[in-house]
Amino acid sequence: MSDSTHHTARLIPDRLTSPLARALRSWEALLIVVAVAVFAINSFASPYFLNAWNLSDATFNFTEKAMIAFAMAMLIIAGEIDLSVASIIALASTAMGIAMTAGFDTPMLVAVGIGTGVLCGALNGFFVARLGLPSIVVTIGTMSLFRGISTIVLGDEAFTGYPKSFAWFGQGYVWWVFSFELVLFAVLAVGFYVLLHRTNFGRSVYAIGNNPTAALFSGIRVGRVRFILFLMTGLMSGIAAVCLTSRLGSTRPSIATGMELEVVTMVVLGGVNILGGSGTIPGVVLAAIIMGLVTFGFGLLNVPGIVMSIFLGLLLISVIAVPRLIRRWGK
Amino acid sequence: MTKILKSREILLALAILALIALISTRFPGFVAPANLANVFNDTSPLIILAIGQMVVILTKCIDLSVAATLALCGMVAAMLNGMGVPLPVILLAAVVLGAGLGAVNGWLVWKVDIPPIVVTLGTMTIYRGIIFLMTDGKWINAHQMSAGFKDLPRAFVLGLPVMSWIAIAVIIAAALLLNRTALGRSFYAVGGNPHAAVYTGINVGRTQFVAFVFSGALAGLTGYLWVARYAVAYVDIAGGFELDVVAACVIGGIAIAGGAGTIAGAVLGALFLGVIKNALPVVGISPFWQLAISGSAIILAVAFNARQGRAKGRIILKSAEHRA
Repeated sequence: MSDSTHHTARLIPDRLTSPLARALRSWEALLIVVAVAVFAINSFASPYFLNAWNLSDATFNFTEKAMIAFAMAMLIIAGEIDLSVASIIALASTAMGIAMTAGFDTPMLVAVGIGTGVLCGALNGFFVARLGLPSIVVTIGTMSLFRGISTIVLGDEAFTGYPKSFAWFGQGYVWWVFSFELVLFAVLAVGFYVLLHRTNFGRSVYAIGNNPTAALFSGIRVGRVRFILFLMTGLMSGIAAVCLTSRLGSTRPSIATGMELEVVTMVVLGGVNILGGSGTIPGVVLAAIIMGLVTFGFGLLNVPGIVMSIFLGLLLISVIAVPRLIRRWGK
Repeated sequence: MTKILKSREILLALAILALIALISTRFPGFVAPANLANVFNDTSPLIILAIGQMVVILTKCIDLSVAATLALCGMVAAMLNGMGVPLPVILLAAVVLGAGLGAVNGWLVWKVDIPPIVVTLGTMTIYRGIIFLMTDGKWINAHQMSAGFKDLPRAFVLGLPVMSWIAIAVIIAAALLLNRTALGRSFYAVGGNPHAAVYTGINVGRTQFVAFVFSGALAGLTGYLWVARYAVAYVDIAGGFELDVVAACVIGGIAIAGGAGTIAGAVLGALFLGVIKNALPVVGISPFWQLAISGSAIILAVAFNARQGRAKGRIILKSAEHRA
């Protein structure tokens, strides 16, 4: 992993460009163009695309993943990663299933789901922030551990028969075509925007991602920030587990398999540097919308799921490769 | 004596022996030589892949696409067999295709400078997707494979199946490569300190590229062995197996930050998981426990590595000094 390109990118330019010129050349501007293009292509390709209810359905393709992606973006900006998010969903969903079987009602189920997510995040945070272990290995381990526990509990069975009121989180609408998940997505997007771009905590996340040692010496409690970030990723996975379980109405140990890949793709597509130090929440929001529209458009054209995953894999590699190749050939 | 006890490989070997002893108290037949040979044979694919993965990890990279490479090469091998291509050509094709897929990973890491985890997360889905595009999701079953194709890994030579012999050959060849050649040493140098490696005239990117090609070629070889042994090929064979492979390396003490680790460690790490996998049904624990157990093993192993490293200062430098 040579990091020469990152250093050159951070050199201070001779002339400061105007804010408008910078905005036009930003990653987010490119994402907006891509989003508009995908939207236009979809509307031409299928007559069913431009319909308020169909578009509303399309949002379910990204809302749950995007909730996790916001927290994951902050974690990756801080130079860590959490590959266990999909397994946290499996474990949180299983915990809700157990609570349901024990006779608890909706509010308690939600609390159990979110609580399990937070606990899982705390465990990851403990290993990484407290014991100083590399996050990629720890979360590959907890990825097996969390889904493994879920597999032990469920085997080849499934929890079904969640209470009717529980279905609202994944299937309910707040107003007209705006589902609960979509509204939650919007609220969380604003919340994470403020947290990352408008608070001291957000600044310290960038500082840690760029240089943890310098951050430590400038008085940032690096370990604590890292722990909180893992806690937040766990929390978001717990919330996503509530939404997903409510939407599917059942829990299997294979729930959300491979979702960590999609979340990381979303974050990287959103312009977050996988090596840490840079990235924005608006970028992640746009990436979420693009991925949702692409998935939905392919769905309308009856493209099988695995072909979509090839496309996502190509997208993940090309969004990083293309700008780098252009920069190289431009020189 | 203390030096021997501090060696990770010895400790891991002792842990495996203790595990086997524990199992044999409940099921004496487990320690029968024939059964142990069977466990080794069963673990052979994991051993071969772990060795490839280890070389990649040594150079500060990671290859999450090994299982997908295995599946794609296995499928191509099965399809070539269906066309009547002779077995040696199929074997060669599987290895060359694997090396080619590894070269794609390596090229993206070397020339385009994309972080290895992103590259291989992407190619992992792409390679598996290609299988779907080639086959439309159809399976190739035992009756569609020729007898010679299926029999090779299972044929017994000198008391062991060919698959075990291939694993042993790979272990020996990789040990020679890593310890006795300039290329092998450069894998360690690149991971131990990339900047110093550049100053000693090693091309860091190219060395990482070669590591990916090596890992891909071994995955291609394993692809044939897997498909022939289980006599079935479909999109999802060896799904999620990349995690077992990384787990074997971590348990075997290969430093995820690169530059430190031994072939013996990778092999023992794989055997540790292999013994657990084979022992669970024997001692009457549901196979559903396996995932959680290997997850716990990864976390314990990495925590243990870090403790040992901290006590001695920088373990990466130390072990590099030892070998230099």
